[in-house]
Amino acid sequence: MSGQSTYQPQGRFMQWMERRLPIGGLIHSSFVSYPTPRNLNYWWTFGGILSFMLGVQIITGVVLAMHYTPNTELAFKSVEGIMRDVNYGWLLRYIHANGASMFFLAGYIHLFRGMYYGSYKEPREVLWILGVILLLLMIATGFMGYVLPWGQMSFWAATVITNLFSAIPVVGDSIVSWLWGGYSVGNPTLNRFFSLHYLLPFVIAGVVVLHVWALHVAGQNNPTGIEPKSDRDTVPFTPYATLKDAFGLGVFCLVFAWFVFYVPNYLGHSDNYIPANPAVTPSEIVPEWYYLPFYAILRAIPNKLFGVLGLVSAIAIMAFLPWLDTSAVRSARYRPLYRQFFWVFVIVAVGLGYLGSQPATGAYVIIARIFTAYYFAHFLIILPILGLVERTKPLPNSITESVLGDKVAVPVATTGVR
Amino acid sequence: MATTSSAEPTRRDFLFIATGAVAGVGAAAALVPLIAQMNPDASTIAAGAPIEVDLSPVAEGQGIKVFWRGKPIYINHRTRKEIDEAKAVNVSELRDPATDAERTKAGHDQWLVVIGICTHLGCIPLDHAGNYDGFFCPCHGSQYDSAGRIRQGPAPLNLYLPPYAFLTDTKIKIG
Amino acid sequence: MISKKIARTIILGAAISLASSVCVFAQDANETPTPPRQSWSFSGPFGTFDQGQLQRGLKVYKEVCSNCHSLDYISFRNLADPGGPGYSVKQAESLAAGYQIKDGPNEKGEMFERPGRLADHFPSPFPNEATAKATYGIAPPDLSVMAKARGYERGFPWFVFDLFTQFQEEGPDYIHAILTGFTDPPKDFKVVEGKHYNKYFPGHNISMPPPLSDGQVVYDDGTKGTVDQYAKDVTAFLTWASEPTMEARKRIGLQVMIFLLVLSGLLYFTKKRVWSAVH
Repeated sequence: MSGQSTYQPQGRFMQWMERRLPIGGLIHSSFVSYPTPRNLNYWWTFGGILSFMLGVQIITGVVLAMHYTPNTELAFKSVEGIMRDVNYGWLLRYIHANGASMFFLAGYIHLFRGMYYGSYKEPREVLWILGVILLLLMIATGFMGYVLPWGQMSFWAATVITNLFSAIPVVGDSIVSWLWGGYSVGNPTLNRFFSLHYLLPFVIAGVVVLHVWALHVAGQNNPTGIEPKSDRDTVPFTPYATLKDAFGLGVFCLVFAWFVFYVPNYLGHSDNYIPANPAVTPSEIVPEWYYLPFYAILRAIPNKLFGVLGLVSAIAIMAFLPWLDTSAVRSARYRPLYRQFFWVFVIVAVGLGYLGSQPATGAYVIIARIFTAYYFAHFLIILPILGLVERTKPLPNSITESVLGDKVAVPVATTGVR
Repeated sequence: MATTSSAEPTRRDFLFIATGAVAGVGAAAALVPLIAQMNPDASTIAAGAPIEVDLSPVAEGQGIKVFWRGKPIYINHRTRKEIDEAKAVNVSELRDPATDAERTKAGHDQWLVVIGICTHLGCIPLDHAGNYDGFFCPCHGSQYDSAGRIRQGPAPLNLYLPPYAFLTDTKIKIG
Repeated sequence: MISKKIARTIILGAAISLASSVCVFAQDANETPTPPRQSWSFSGPFGTFDQGQLQRGLKVYKEVCSNCHSLDYISFRNLADPGGPGYSVKQAESLAAGYQIKDGPNEKGEMFERPGRLADHFPSPFPNEATAKATYGIAPPDLSVMAKARGYERGFPWFVFDLFTQFQEEGPDYIHAILTGFTDPPKDFKVVEGKHYNKYFPGHNISMPPPLSDGQVVYDDGTKGTVDQYAKDVTAFLTWASEPTMEARKRIGLQVMIFLLVLSGLLYFTKKRVWSAVH
């Protein structure tokens, strides 16, 4: 729950404001006095990191939009103009392009943290679903952003992904030409992708507000998965969590800077430095790394419609996680069997990512199909059964006890009821 | 703030101050590229490089208009009458006092080179128009003489002179 | 505990299949050999361009490559920019003036030619792509970003190491390999009509005829003119053309990394100090 209002506005101006629009009080109760579990580890800093990255992408994006031209004849050239002529243009472009990768890296870590510690469980189901919506919005935004430089990969990725919609029976082809604004990917497509790419991050910001609101209603989860029982279990968000987040952010920025300044094209594909040519298909069409697992799932299923459905359900199924996982125990720390299946899932997800980067031939296809089947089995078969049959470890009595260890943990009932 | 013991307040404070200061420096440094990117970029600056104009096709009494840095520039080959009129004006009576010599280059007083933007609100005045054998701005009626000086109407200043120099008698470099 | 065994079997089986398939595909990749690693002055976190090399490379581009390949995104003023070939503004101006640039239309509505200025870009050898395609059957690509537009699969585990060693020179290595890779085809290889055999070009049939030969370009600094030397110099020049701001990027990168290390360190100790009250 949000803390009691301990906020005392300082100074005449803040007292005047507080009566009329209590932003000071809101910020204080949400980010200063807000009770935060004292045992959060560094995996909990990624929420703050994601907020920072959203800000970075929006600011660099708005600034890049001052110099970019969304026209098929001029787009590639305008990006090169940014790289060569605009003051610090190269820096802004590399920050924005690598920032997208860092945004997804932090997003996936944040997601896996939630899966491991059961942050999706009651009462945080809506919080989790808002997160899945945020992932979908990020995927859409990233896809449209990648089209904008109008390189070979931009054009052909746009062609492949928009063509997926033709799998929809009856209305598929109409939807595709509606998306294109023409008979193939062309100038109308580029122009509207630019408009939507500018819009969606602000939609993301709005959903982030809902996400943080839902979080503050339920309170943070923590590595033990048990709720705070007293004030001893929590600390005020500022300065404790604020500083920990800041340090985590500093280390994250070191990794970010490594990419931006030293290996800025490592995560990209060299083919995107070739101007788009509708007459020549690149030898391999590969999306950016953060889409690879879903790309692998799409290609693994031999039927066009079911492949598309597989791609969509691979993301959508995560929204059902709160109900698919039947365990009464939240955190994997006390679920030794689930922990193993979790890591297998991570390996499968990373493996699917690797397979997505390789040509869809030979042994790669067979393994991709196995991994795809396992991916869905994890959600639909393993998790529901696991919660019912697993023998969990005894939970500690409180968060403080788990951190300071001053009492011997009394074994709690291990299955079903908590 | 954390309530630690006050055993070494100066050392703790130093750490907090140092962290805050370094973070502040970083924030300020991060602002630099964001603000600098709006300044004219290298290609704009290059496109605004000085231009050379050949004056030989411009006959006496005629004028041409060229563009430099996006601004229109009138180059008039003045007639004897226009030059004498400009020199005869009582400078102290002008709203923006300037002699004809100050508005032309020595030894080339038959050439008037002015930026064709009205100093009132920025419209382009018409050349060889108005009551003073100079320029007339149709927007609000400002009138300039044959040396481009404001004589009548709402404009406060004379037409601006671009930086220019004569390379030869028939070629100037603007910028 | 049966599930644990099943989990282990799945992981093991998957790992073996994945590993063996990587080996299978590694053999296919050897069809086109990977370009050999070259040593470049600009590689690594402290890399810089060798100005002499860039100037030699410019000469090779001017005298050889520019007959077919445009360099649209480089303008003459870039030759005087910091981090580049290091010409003075006057030298860049006179180099520009040596070119005839199409301009216009004039008052008569005609296009005309005039000497180049600093703001002009290197002119293309063809008025448009269609002319190029008609002349050669395929339009020779523009070279402005060629060093970033080419590369080769590094494969596992090299792509992991590359992240830490900052290896970014796939493009330059590839270009150098192509330029020096015009060897005689093996006996059983059928060269497609109108194309040429190149050892490193995927598929081995390249449309470009061998552009370089020993002694073709005479270097002003007396460096010996061999195909390998020309290839190195023009590749370095093209790498600069693909990213003229590289030196600034690495220099500012060092400042940012040091700053972030200091800031992260300070934040770490501050965090520890503040949290000591709780632990």
